[in-house]
Amino acid sequence: MKLPRWFHQLGSPPYVYRLAERLCPWLGGLGIVLLAVGAFWGLVIAPPDYQQGDSARIIYIHPQTAYIGMMAYVVMAIAAAIGYVWRLKLAHAVAVSAAPIGAWFTFCALFTGAVWGRPTWGTYWQWGDPRIMFEALLLFLFLGYLALRGAFDDRDKADRVTAILAVVGVVNIPIVHFSVEWWNSIHQGPTILRAGGPAMTNDMLVPFLIMVAAFTLTFYWLLLRRLQAEIIEREGDARWIRELVAGGAP
Amino acid sequence: MDSRARGRGRAVSEFFLMNGHGAYVWSAYGITLAVLVLNAWLARAKHQSALQRARELAAQAEVPRKQPTVRRL
Repeated sequence: MKLPRWFHQLGSPPYVYRLAERLCPWLGGLGIVLLAVGAFWGLVIAPPDYQQGDSARIIYIHPQTAYIGMMAYVVMAIAAAIGYVWRLKLAHAVAVSAAPIGAWFTFCALFTGAVWGRPTWGTYWQWGDPRIMFEALLLFLFLGYLALRGAFDDRDKADRVTAILAVVGVVNIPIVHFSVEWWNSIHQGPTILRAGGPAMTNDMLVPFLIMVAAFTLTFYWLLLRRLQAEIIEREGDARWIRELVAGGAP
Repeated sequence: MDSRARGRGRAVSEFFLMNGHGAYVWSAYGITLAVLVLNAWLARAKHQSALQRARELAAQAEVPRKQPTVRRL
């Protein structure tokens, strides 16, 4: 099997660095615009929920931040696995870059869930609710990953050991997703990705999906910026980096 | 203040009150916005400091290094 050229180029740090440089303004710009549009739509234009009233407006950020946290973990685990198997440093750099972003978004999901839970369920936090528990575990997996990295002086060793943690922990992702179907949960069941189509009317579904797109673009923007920093740190004094910093403005 | 302006003022305050759910909705959106801004700043700061370090490395490399002296055994 012959792999296409761009596939090989994705293993080349200077190529990926320049690709990120080109993509970042678009991802960031479009992400911020869509975040503003989605937030305005969700807060002002969309109707309040007929049961939950205005607290349901948190639906335009809570599932999205939770989904970004999970996606960040999957990106981290896949990148770590590729890095481990093929000893590709660039893949490890992707994994390291995804972890702090994933941790922050998972924190956001837990926070927005708590302040949504209070008016809706009468509690900020429900010990024993499977989705809340496994989402909290996701946050601790991210923090554990970062703490474990911090325990090594040698970067290559840190890459390989933390990759194992990242890959093992990925089993938590389907558990978070299916927790509302497998066990009794005070969380609602699947609303968007369900048989028979989304159980949400269009005046709520449109801002919901705009926010999904907005957070996705924003995540990849943040990821690529961190990846660029990580590449520079790992490549050290490679010639292309010397040329890069010499050619650019101070 | 004419009645129309008063009506608009009430509409705005009703919007912020969110029928009693204001504190929940606005804290959720506020924290999420704060996390987004913080993350954008962190990513940018990390990139800038990596570039700065690379510049320092490049500056060091330009200074001609002294030839290593080989000590005879």
